[in-house]
Formats: sequence, structure tokens, C-alpha cells
Amino acid sequence: MSKFQGLDAYTRRARYELLPFKFDRLEGDNYIITNMTGEYLEVAMPELHVLLAKDLATEHPLFASLRAKHFIRYADEQAPLDLLALKLRTRLSRLTGFTSLHIFVVTLRCDHSCPYCQVSRQMDGETSFDMTPDMADKALDFVFRSPNPAIKIEFQGGEPLLNFQMVRYVVKAAKRRNLDEKRDLEFVIATTLSLLTDEVLAFCYEHDIILSTSLDGPADLHNANRPRVGRDSFERFEAGLAKARNVLGVDRVSALMTTTDKSLPRVREIIDEYVRLGFNGIFLRALSPYGFAIKTRKFMTYDTERWLEFYKEGLAYILELNKAGIPFVEHYASLILKKMLTSNDPGYVDLMNPAGAGIAAIVFNYDGSVYASDESRMLAEMGDQTFRLGSILTDSYEDIILSDVLLDALEQSFTLSAPMCSDCAFEPYCGAEPVFHHAIFRDVLGRKAESSFCKRNMSIFKHLIGLMKSDVSTRHLFMQWANAC
Amino acid sequence: MLLQVSTNPATPMVLRATRAFLVSEQELPEGYQHYLIPESLERRVQELEGKSSFTLLPNDYHYLGHGDIIRLDGQAIRVLFRANSGHNSLLVTEQCNHYCLMCSQPPKNIDDSWILDELEALIPLIPRETPEVGFSGGEPTLAGARFINLIRMMKSYLPRTVVHVLSNGRTFADECFARQYAEIDHPDIMIGIPLYSDDPDLHDYIVQAPGAFQETVQGILNLKRLSQKVEIRIVLHKQSISRLPQLCEYIARNLLFVDHVTLMGLEMIGFTRANLDALWIDPTDYRDVLSEAVGILAAYRMNVSVYNHQLCLVNDDVLPYYRKSISDWKNEYVPECEGCARKSQCGGFFSSGVRNGYSRAITPFLP
Repeated sequence: MSKFQGLDAYTRRARYELLPFKFDRLEGDNYIITNMTGEYLEVAMPELHVLLAKDLATEHPLFASLRAKHFIRYADEQAPLDLLALKLRTRLSRLTGFTSLHIFVVTLRCDHSCPYCQVSRQMDGETSFDMTPDMADKALDFVFRSPNPAIKIEFQGGEPLLNFQMVRYVVKAAKRRNLDEKRDLEFVIATTLSLLTDEVLAFCYEHDIILSTSLDGPADLHNANRPRVGRDSFERFEAGLAKARNVLGVDRVSALMTTTDKSLPRVREIIDEYVRLGFNGIFLRALSPYGFAIKTRKFMTYDTERWLEFYKEGLAYILELNKAGIPFVEHYASLILKKMLTSNDPGYVDLMNPAGAGIAAIVFNYDGSVYASDESRMLAEMGDQTFRLGSILTDSYEDIILSDVLLDALEQSFTLSAPMCSDCAFEPYCGAEPVFHHAIFRDVLGRKAESSFCKRNMSIFKHLIGLMKSDVSTRHLFMQWANAC
Repeated sequence: MLLQVSTNPATPMVLRATRAFLVSEQELPEGYQHYLIPESLERRVQELEGKSSFTLLPNDYHYLGHGDIIRLDGQAIRVLFRANSGHNSLLVTEQCNHYCLMCSQPPKNIDDSWILDELEALIPLIPRETPEVGFSGGEPTLAGARFINLIRMMKSYLPRTVVHVLSNGRTFADECFARQYAEIDHPDIMIGIPLYSDDPDLHDYIVQAPGAFQETVQGILNLKRLSQKVEIRIVLHKQSISRLPQLCEYIARNLLFVDHVTLMGLEMIGFTRANLDALWIDPTDYRDVLSEAVGILAAYRMNVSVYNHQLCLVNDDVLPYYRKSISDWKNEYVPECEGCARKSQCGGFFSSGVRNGYSRAITPFLP
């Protein structure tokens, strides 16, 4: 007899236990099962029945993967529980950091008059829409109350460069305070670059400030989306981009696109424009329903289905680019893929649970109002003050952070207890988004069956899973995306 | 008796009692504990006969040099440490709680605690500038408290020497043991732990020990919880290849925090030869699987190395992770390598591979 025993001798025959998981139909008979740490497997309906009845044979090709991905275990195994707990802690670890992103709306004034814009005023020279030093000081008091070791201060508008002296003031004051606080402090200016000067760039360089700018596509589309006196938004953007990259470095200038109905037939051209300008990725965003977008009914001019076509076409083109040897990322996909393929969470405010509102990001408006998110202040500009958490001038940190407005929104939208979310297999990849649902449904939960947020994301989740299944090289590319964000 | 080998005739008298002098053509200094006379200098025996103890060194010991450490048992000599080798590996015990299908050092279930006595005597004698020392077995941690003591001695006597331990990690599933190990707070030590499959049954079969997978994973978790460095070592053969990409994904999702993952070619010695049918797969037949595995680990930004492979058997995408790992004095080439332009970048073969079989696809790179 051999000293060695065969695989059979080590194959356990005990009855397995189910660990917590959820399932949902992908299409036809094909189901997906997921657990709360984001692991997933595709299972055919008949096998799912057998699995749930705890009758799946050890020899079944799925059995080892079910065990390895912690969908099942034997009763005496401790490692699966330890690993599940570890992965869940990792995914939620951002919560202990609390607020990182602090948005300072230094002015509402803007040199653009974009029809979809959420928040801007056309009043050059008028200062009643500017943040004052007193507000900035109080906002900074608030910022440094956050326990987060990494603090990001983002300047928004309007066009922040129209009140650049306030940007200077906040940066210098924050850095002064940080001599004692010693946080990992980062600054971002969201700007169209149209008013970029050498002086501004020199300041950005000196203080290591990142520029986050906007590019909607080729010149005609960009200019149509972003009207300004002189019709030269694109030209100013392109010149500003070159200048900014030159001084700050290529990776210190990022661009975001806004999708409008005019964008929908032109996704390839839009992506090409990003490629031409040397960006290594694009964020194919859905149009948000806030601000003038809702008022002017621009939001309703195309539906989610049409946007999904746009998104999928764009993603397919991006995959083509990668196969042709041009590394290029779709950032929304990479955020979702991080949730699918890693045990980490990208901390993207729209796809967080509990919601990111207030506890991942918070907004200090030009008038001293504090909002739970950028979208919250846009809603307020439309007359809905629901997510106004208080005023930096009169309320304390505790008043604001512990306000019922915020805590109720977080608690009531919590996806693990929300109807239709709690038993959704895609919940680990999704987020709570109370502000969006309030804006559409007047309640933070909304009706998921009618929610375009739900429809859009479910469709993308399924699409990404399908792409990974259909092609090993796409799966490999997606792994790289998942780990790059 | 352990002795340090010396070629320095000017060693102070007070130290000569702990040294064995390696005889050369030069004049013989007096007062050494022992003398080593290479066979080629046999004529010098007469100078020592009746005065000092000496050993006539067979030609196999031609490599002996200054700083080496030997054990002397009557006329028998064993070399315990070689000062000029970067690859000193110290066997701690031959006992093991695994019985791996491909074990290169088949375990023995005997009391070999004398080895520990020897190591405890050896460590203080190792030159302090030694860059690296490895501990292997058997399963070194089966020595329990005496293993902990060995590591503590390494820190005390050789604080600048990097230590690498080959262990199956199971003993570290005991939190108390893991804590004792971590509390030594050695400045630069890594534990290399094998994990052969994401399927616990398959791993247990490969190591021939039921329950091993669970303990190994918990051992790794305990070590990392205590901020200890861990390397995962995967020997590639027919069994481990069958789920290698799945194993790499398992590692990326569950054990992302390990410090290094190594994918290693099979050595054709020890038990491997007895289990060849279950183990042998030509590396050229798994080259795409290897590429996929490396690709997964690299995508997750893990630190990955491919060891013990011949350059002509890996795809180009593996090259950034390819290490010429087989140590210089061990690596050999086969007739098919004749005329290869990249020999100097290639790890070549273990002599066991040359003797006992290798890939049908060895092909020289043309200049």
C-alpha cells in the first residue's frame, strides 16, 4: 500500500452549511449569487435549488468555488467566518474615518451659462454670492473636527477662480492649521479653466493643488453645452489644459464630462476627444436631475434606456481601444468593479451604504449653509431645503452632524434594511442615494421598481458581469481597473 | 564540537582554541584546536602528527573557507555553515505534520532535538555580516518554544541578518504561539508558507493532511494581524495548476496583505518521483495558466515572483516577474540549451531536473 492517500481520502462528505448570500436572476435560467463582501458566482436555476437544499455534490464543478468564495462551509470550519468578517470590516473601514471630502462653494458667480447647470449666477462683480472670510474660518473649524486623517478640500462654484482670493485664503489658513493637525491634506479646484492665469497656476503649484475640470466632448458639443460670452469655452479649455499640465504635471489635471441629450449619439467622438487630449480615462456620467436640469426639463428629454445605450456603446468602444493597445479606463465601471472584484470599497458617494451624504462628503455653501452633499445644495437652489443641515455661522459641529435631517436620511435609506434593496443580489455593489430618491420621490427610499437610479445601476452591474464572463481578457482588464481606483 | 574555520595564521592565541585551521602551503601556526589538511597537502600530516588533532579533508570539501562552521565528531566532519554562500539554509527538524506529494526533504518521525542543540550552539558562531539565513525542515515550528528561541537568538546575535523561514504556517493558527513569535520583533524576518489551492480538500490532499488548509489560512491571518511578514509559496504541478487562477483570485480577495507570492517550478527529487503521475505536467503545457495567474496577482498589485522555471518555458508577460532563482552552484543546463543566447538570464535547472526529467519544449534562444 502506498504511503500516500488519494484525493478521495481528503474529500469531505459531511453536510455543508449555507453562509449568508442573496440571489437574483441575470437572464433566463441563469442566476447570480452574491455575498455581502461582494463575491459572486453564476449558478443555473436547477443547481441553485440543489445548493439551497444542501444537496450539491462535492464533485460538482461549482462546489470548490462555492467554498472558496465563502457561500458554504462545513460546520467546524472557522477560517471562512474569519475571512468574511475581515473582508466586511475592510469594506466598511472608511466609516471609521468619517468625513473626508469638504466642499467649499466660494462663489456662485460664473462666466458660463450652461443650460443644465445646477448652480450658477451670471453676475460678474457682484459679491453677494461669495463666501466671506468669517464663513471660511468657521468652515475650517468644522473641517478639522472630522476625525479623518485624510482631508480633502474641494473648491466649487460657480467658477471658483472668480473668487480666487477666497481660495487663497482657505488654502493658506488650512495649511497653517495643519502644522498642528498634521492631516494628509489635499486641495482640488473644480474649474472650467476659462479664467486660468499664470498667477493662479503658480499658486496651485506652490500648494500642490489638483485641478478638476470639465470636458464634454468635441469643440462643437462642448461649446453647445457650455455657452459663454465669446462662444470660446472649448478653446479656453484646451489652452488652459496645456498650460496647467505644463506647470502642475499631467496627472494633476483631471476632467469630468456632463452628458446631455446632445451627447447621446456621439459617445465615440466624446471618448476620442479625451484620447486626443491625452486623458487615460473618462467618467461616462448620467445627467443629474438637479438644478436647472430638472426645471428646464432637460432631464426628461431622454430616458434611462437611451442613456444605457450610450453608456454601453461607450464602454464597448473603450474595450476596443484597450485591445488596440491604448490603455483607457471608464471610471464609473472601475468604481463598480472595485466593489465586485476586490474586498475594498472605492468610497464613491453615490454608491455607498450607509449613504455618503454628510459622512463621506459635506458642503459649505457661499452663504454659510451646510449641506449633506453637492446634490443637496442643488436641490436647495431649487427651493427644497430638506438636506440643509444648518449654518456654519450659527450651528455647532454637533448640531450639524447629529441633526435629525442627516441621521434620519442615513438610517432610512440604509440598503440592508430598505425594501427591495435588502434582498437584492446587487446590493453589495450599489448605494443608498437618499438625496436622489428624495428629489424624485419625495422620500429618501423611493420606489425602487420605478427608480432610474436602480434601473441604471442594475443594468450596468449585469452588463459588467456579462462582459467579464464573455471574455477572459476583458475580465483581466477589469481586474486592473478595479485596482487602479 | 563546533569550530570556526580559519585561514588566518595571525589569529590571536586566545581565539585559536575555538578555531580549526585550514592548512595551506604557508607555514603552520601553532595552538589551533584542530587542523584541516586538504588531501592535496597530505604530505603536511607529518608536521602535525602526535602534536595536534587534525583531519584529512577529502576533495569534496574543496569549497571550505574562512568563516565556515564545521562540526567535528572524531574524524567525521559536517559543514554547518558556509560564510561565502548567500544561501545558508538551516534544517531545524525533520519532523513534519505534512507529507506533501512533492516533498523534496521527506520527513522523519524521530526525536531529532539534537539538531536544535547544534543550532543553538551554531548561531553565536555565524559571522555577523551574514546577509541572510534560512530555516527549513521538516516543519520548524514543531520545535515550539525552541523554535521561538532560535528566532530570538537570531535577533540577538545577528540583528542585521535577514531571516527566511519555510513553514506550513499551521502552528501559527495558535494565537498564543503567533504572539510569542511576533513579540520577538525581529527586524527583518519573513515566513514562507505554502498554499496550493483555494479548494481546502485539494490543498489537504496535496499536503496529505486533513484540516491543513484551515489551519494554514488562520496561521497566515494571525501572523498578518500581528504585522508579521508572510510569503505565500505555490509549487506548480498538475494538482495545483488545476485551480491556479482561482487560487490567485482567492489570495487577492482574502489575503491581499501578504508580502510576496511565489510561483515555483517542481523539483524532481524526494517524493515527487514516487508521485510523478499525479504531479508531472510539462511547464510548456501550463505556460498560459501561469501567465493568467501572474496577471491576476499583478493586477491586484501584489508582489509576485516566478521561481524555478526555464526562460524558454514562460510567456513574455511573465518576464517582469521571472527570477533567476536557482542558486549559481546548483544550476545546470541540458544539451538542448546548447547555443542559447539567453543562458545568462535563465535560472537553468536543478541538477535533479537534469537527471530525472524536464520539459520536452526546451528550446535555445537564437542570438
